[in-house]
Amino acid sequence: MTTFTPLNRRRFLGASTAALGAAALGGLSRPAMAADNLTVGFIYVGPKDDFGYNQAHAEGAAAVKAMAGVTVLEEENVPESQDVQNTMESMINFDGAGLLFPTSFGYFNPHILELAPKYSDVRFEHCGGLWTEGNPTNAGSYFGYIGMGQYLNGVAAGHASKTKKIGFVAAKPIPQVLNNINSFLLGARAVDPTITCQVIFTGEWSLAVKEAEATNALADQGCDVITCHVDGPKVVCETAVARGAYVCGYHADQSPLAGDMYLTGAEWNWASVYTDMVAKTMAGEPIDNFVRGGLADGFIKMSPLGPAVSDTARAQFEAVKAEIVAGGFAAIKGPLKDNKGNVIAAAGEGFVETDVKLESMDYLVEGVLGSTS
Amino acid sequence: MTSQAQIPARGHGTGAQTLIGLMFRAEAVLIPVGALLAGAAAFSLFLLAIGKSPAEFYALVWKAGFSSAFSWQNTLSRVAPLVLAALCVALPARLGLVIIGGEGAIVLGGLAAAVTGTAVAGLPAGIGMVTMALAGMALGGLWIGTIGALRIKRGVNETISSLLMAYIAIALMNHFVEGPFRDPASLNKPSTAPLEAGLRVGDMPFVAAHWGVVAGVLACLFCWILIERTTLGFAARIAGDNVRAAQVQGLPVSRLVIGFTALGGAFAGLAGYFEVAAVHGSANASLIAGYGYTGILVAFLARHNPLAILPVAVLLGGFEASSGLIQRRMDLPDATIQVFEGMVFVIILLSEALYGRLRIFTPAFWEHR
Repeated sequence: MTTFTPLNRRRFLGASTAALGAAALGGLSRPAMAADNLTVGFIYVGPKDDFGYNQAHAEGAAAVKAMAGVTVLEEENVPESQDVQNTMESMINFDGAGLLFPTSFGYFNPHILELAPKYSDVRFEHCGGLWTEGNPTNAGSYFGYIGMGQYLNGVAAGHASKTKKIGFVAAKPIPQVLNNINSFLLGARAVDPTITCQVIFTGEWSLAVKEAEATNALADQGCDVITCHVDGPKVVCETAVARGAYVCGYHADQSPLAGDMYLTGAEWNWASVYTDMVAKTMAGEPIDNFVRGGLADGFIKMSPLGPAVSDTARAQFEAVKAEIVAGGFAAIKGPLKDNKGNVIAAAGEGFVETDVKLESMDYLVEGVLGSTS
Repeated sequence: MTSQAQIPARGHGTGAQTLIGLMFRAEAVLIPVGALLAGAAAFSLFLLAIGKSPAEFYALVWKAGFSSAFSWQNTLSRVAPLVLAALCVALPARLGLVIIGGEGAIVLGGLAAAVTGTAVAGLPAGIGMVTMALAGMALGGLWIGTIGALRIKRGVNETISSLLMAYIAIALMNHFVEGPFRDPASLNKPSTAPLEAGLRVGDMPFVAAHWGVVAGVLACLFCWILIERTTLGFAARIAGDNVRAAQVQGLPVSRLVIGFTALGGAFAGLAGYFEVAAVHGSANASLIAGYGYTGILVAFLARHNPLAILPVAVLLGGFEASSGLIQRRMDLPDATIQVFEGMVFVIILLSEALYGRLRIFTPAFWEHR
């Protein structure tokens, strides 16, 4: 089957070379950044209506879209491979993007690090907080202390739970996730120190079948409040509600899914972060290369409390929230052991949300049933 | 496969014979091209049905995939893994096996290459790179070769087992990346240790695409020669057309099956090596990018002809490169390109039934003029 004769092949190669040459001569047009209008590109790793991680970013993008002089580009389901580099370059070359928000953790290294030096007049803002000294200066990273949101979820859960067992569906045993699990339990233990939290890891950021299985398993074990840290909490929420368990949300507002069973939720507040960064870029002001914030800085927010939250729960929730906003609040504080009996914090010792030690967390605290490996 | 026996003798012959020969060859080109166009037409109807302009769609595919140096870079950057993944489908297909689990070999090949990369850190870069590539190919070959062996020795359906083994491969990769081979510094994205700069594969001169493209071209040439110009390839084609006849002839069918599946797997493993060495710099969950599945489409569109795989991979690379622009400009979901590819795929499969049925391509049609 000699389908392609030499003539065809030569012609094909000739045509491709001609196309390449013509394009090189023509040069790539890239509009220079103007102060009164800016094209901003948002790139998501999953669907932007996932009721979770990506939706939270898309809500931020929607807020940016409403700003005057801003054109918003969005692309969803972009894998953390060569694809994201292509997407970023395509947004820059075809649409003249001057500010990019590639929002998935795995987009940073190597993809943003490779592209940023090539496009020095484009700003790359990455969600995940990985920027360090020596990285390209037109790249930056931002992240939020959402563990505090899970602590507040825990407070609401502690009041709502009758079985004194709460559950957590988690993707992977990485520091960010472990911090959320530990914070959720410690929030609940601030209400009742006998509460335990069962955790199940699914191993993947987005794997609906396993998330449903895990949620059912938690309900079978008697967990009556369930939260999660996976990319899209939809499956966990709906399964939990179907099993009669209360839900604490994560990433975005899941109250439309959980209805009256929704207690509250730890949400990203990217609208506030993104409109701020876009406004700064348009005004020509610099953005710090490394930005972090919590509840007080408008990086995260809590879903409105649901109807199942009692008045006593509401009072404690608001009090703790005020304490967190005031600053200096530590969820991980001594005396505290991990669930294998090792001392995490001695009496009087505490790690506030900004403590870098929390970023290499590799333990589950006492009261969490489950294992990191 | 078409019956090769009908091809008239090469080279010398009357003008009429040359014409007949050309028409016979043209069948292998015109039917897939026709199917591609029919697929495009069907997709246009789909676009019209949802109130979008097909003209705009194809203009954007052209713009994003083929119109400028950047478009070509975008397209070519996808070609290397697609070509190598397609070979993992095409080689076994010549023996009549439908292997759809190349993704598993890519992922494991990438893992093997990355782990080897940390082990050969002290050696000269050239040796290190070759060792890494060989490690990736070896594991990929072992993985898909096992599927071939299960088929020929135990009668396990290779399509199902390759698909299921891809899930096992991904689970194994996740286990090793999150467990024994995890770089402790990779906190929130478990990965193997980053490769030394010397072990990274760079871009080719003038084209912003890595050397994997050249490897893909060479691999295709190698496979074409193997299949069309060697006795081994001839034996494989016979076994593919009629396994009983091959066995009666005393051809080593089981060694052929295991060898060809293993070779296909080795190329998929090589794709994994390039993903690690040229793109990611370490092995992690980003390796699961779906090239193994798009490779199936490439191989079928190319009718498992290694030389046809190259232009088809470029074409599909261009389609995929346009996905983003179509999302942004036409406000269509990212699955649009997949729907398009799927429609083309189905029509290509349907067109298989046309071979030998269209009178215009038969010698009889031309002999009487």
